[in-house]
Amino acid sequence: MAQHESTYKPSNNFGKWMDERLPVARLVHDSFVDFPTPRNLNYLWTFGGILTFCLVAQLVTGIVLAMHYQPSADEAFNSVERIRRDVNFGWMIRNFHAVGASMFFIAVYVHIFRGLYYGSYKAPREILWILGVFIFLAMMATAFMGYALPWGQMSFWGVTVITNLFSSLDSIIPGLGTSIVQWLWGGYAVTGATLNRFFSLHYLLPFVIIGLVILHVWALHVVGQNNPTGVEPKTKADTVPMGPYAIAKDAVAMFAFLIPFAWFVFFLPDYLGHADNFTPANPLVTPPHIVPEWYFLPFYAILRAIPSKLGGVMAMFAAIAVLAFVPWLDRSRVRSTKYRPVYKWFFLLFVITCLALGYLGSKPADGIYVFWARIFTFYYFAHFILVMPFVGLLETPKKLPNSISESVLGKSGGGGGDTVPSGATASPEKR
Amino acid sequence: MADVAEEPKRRDFLVIAGGTMAAVGAASLLWPFVQQMNPDASAQALSSVEIDITPIKTGQAITVLWRGKPVFIRNRTNEEIEAAKAVELAVLVDPLARNDNDPGLPATDANRTVAGKENWLVLVGVCTHLGCIPKGQSMADTKGEFDGWFCPCHGSHYDTSGRIRKGPAPQNLEVPPVTFVSDTKIKIG
Ligand code: HEM
Ligand code: FES
Repeated sequence: MAQHESTYKPSNNFGKWMDERLPVARLVHDSFVDFPTPRNLNYLWTFGGILTFCLVAQLVTGIVLAMHYQPSADEAFNSVERIRRDVNFGWMIRNFHAVGASMFFIAVYVHIFRGLYYGSYKAPREILWILGVFIFLAMMATAFMGYALPWGQMSFWGVTVITNLFSSLDSIIPGLGTSIVQWLWGGYAVTGATLNRFFSLHYLLPFVIIGLVILHVWALHVVGQNNPTGVEPKTKADTVPMGPYAIAKDAVAMFAFLIPFAWFVFFLPDYLGHADNFTPANPLVTPPHIVPEWYFLPFYAILRAIPSKLGGVMAMFAAIAVLAFVPWLDRSRVRSTKYRPVYKWFFLLFVITCLALGYLGSKPADGIYVFWARIFTFYYFAHFILVMPFVGLLETPKKLPNSISESVLGKSGGGGGDTVPSGATASPEKR
Repeated sequence: MADVAEEPKRRDFLVIAGGTMAAVGAASLLWPFVQQMNPDASAQALSSVEIDITPIKTGQAITVLWRGKPVFIRNRTNEEIEAAKAVELAVLVDPLARNDNDPGLPATDANRTVAGKENWLVLVGVCTHLGCIPKGQSMADTKGEFDGWFCPCHGSHYDTSGRIRKGPAPQNLEVPPVTFVSDTKIKIG
């Protein structure tokens, strides 16, 4: 897999026998134990492992829930209540799953912003980054369909509003949008037929995510990890083996992450949800204020900021699609924002923009809220389309360290060398 | 070799013809898998309902369910009818009547009701923006700036003819296929 010699030594005869037939142990050893990781990785690099944990946790708890859940319009709401009251430990497993979805998104947002800050999308990691964007999309689809399953008022009306986004295509080809929406619904409105197919897809998509994650990790192991300096490892002194170093650090972070996770599960299980979802779905009454789950709020704010229906929908999808083009939009010579005195401030503004859009998405769409949503929507896109290319071209980056070990150990540790910010976006060197 | 065009062989023909047939077969097998998602026979069968409208007094409205969607039936007051008729077509956001009985006509109030029964306004109660149910059916509801219906989801205002006047919704509320079975009974669908 990675460009280093395999160091796997089977420790017994069975291991040897197996290694000649199906070398899984060798694959695991080379990919996850003796895999060189930059020695300067900080805690933001532990979120990949945390995300893997989240995915497995959602799968395990989800499969258990599916043993008790009934995907019919009449029974769905009651079956979730039964899971919470009657099924042995159902309350706990269900809370793991519902809170787990939120924690999953917290982790993925940290992971994405980490990548944006340290320029982890730049060559040669474009495919790795784009696979990440696909994983993010699949996660959003999975969570959206999962939120439909308890079949409360917010589930029902969330599905209605979001599936209706496609009806905006009617303004391009009359009738096209309506046909697509009816095809998604399996009816002329959201009904039990819709719920049933969402359950089927909610079960399927996490396995698609697993497939994407395997490709993502594969791509990672071909190009190697980025690191806070953005300088590729050059010598053996720049890296440490994954086991035990990175694994131990990942474990520390994971336990820290599990503390708020458990706090929500055991003390505030419904805090991240919405009170309206404790009312069974009613196709005749719309709740006064429909909001999606918190992790969709920035995109919801963008949708509502644009005064045209089709325009809003396109802006919302563009807000996600633009991420896939970041490797080519950023024209900077160095990867890490640590060495970018000007871009640093724009990055801060971008983080504030995303948080502000999230807040505005939770507010009613009128007056001052729409005004600010428009301002921040403008900056959201300007950041990608104007700031990334032009600031990248114009700014003079700070001097990069000559090597990772120099940045960690000071001059003495690294080789001497030139003063040019070198090797920043160059292809991976020998290890 | 590059400049000598090779004779097409029988094998090339067979490969292309066979491959094409397999592709056509695979594509046509895909169709049932796409089509199964569309509304099924039982969903289509719910296509018409009859409603007794005698209990609805002037100024009142009821909501019934048709094809899983709410339908508004309102017995409009004279003021509401006059207000709807007085609107200039030029100020309308959506110039089309959106009346399933006769699509494509301009959005006058007359084209959205049945001649001689102008007090009865029948609408699919689904906001044409993203599908919420507008408020305005019960007396206590806010009816928006044009006194018809108001959709709280993203702020669409409809007038007393159910036409979109302000807000993100692109179209007038749909008028479903309506027939008067008798003076006191209507059929939707
Ligand atoms: C990517 C992984 C997954 C995510 C992000 C996710 C997300 C969600 C969300 C947000 C809910 C709604 C929770 C609520 O508010 O009540 C839900 C419910 C549900 N999910 Fe998942 N899920 C995932 C994987 C799975 C898997 C693999 C299964 C296995 C079949 C599953 C089965 C269910 C069931 C049965 C429910 C309904 C019960 C309930 O609402 O508690 N999920 N999921
Ligand atoms: S759904 Fe009615 S305004 Fe958006």
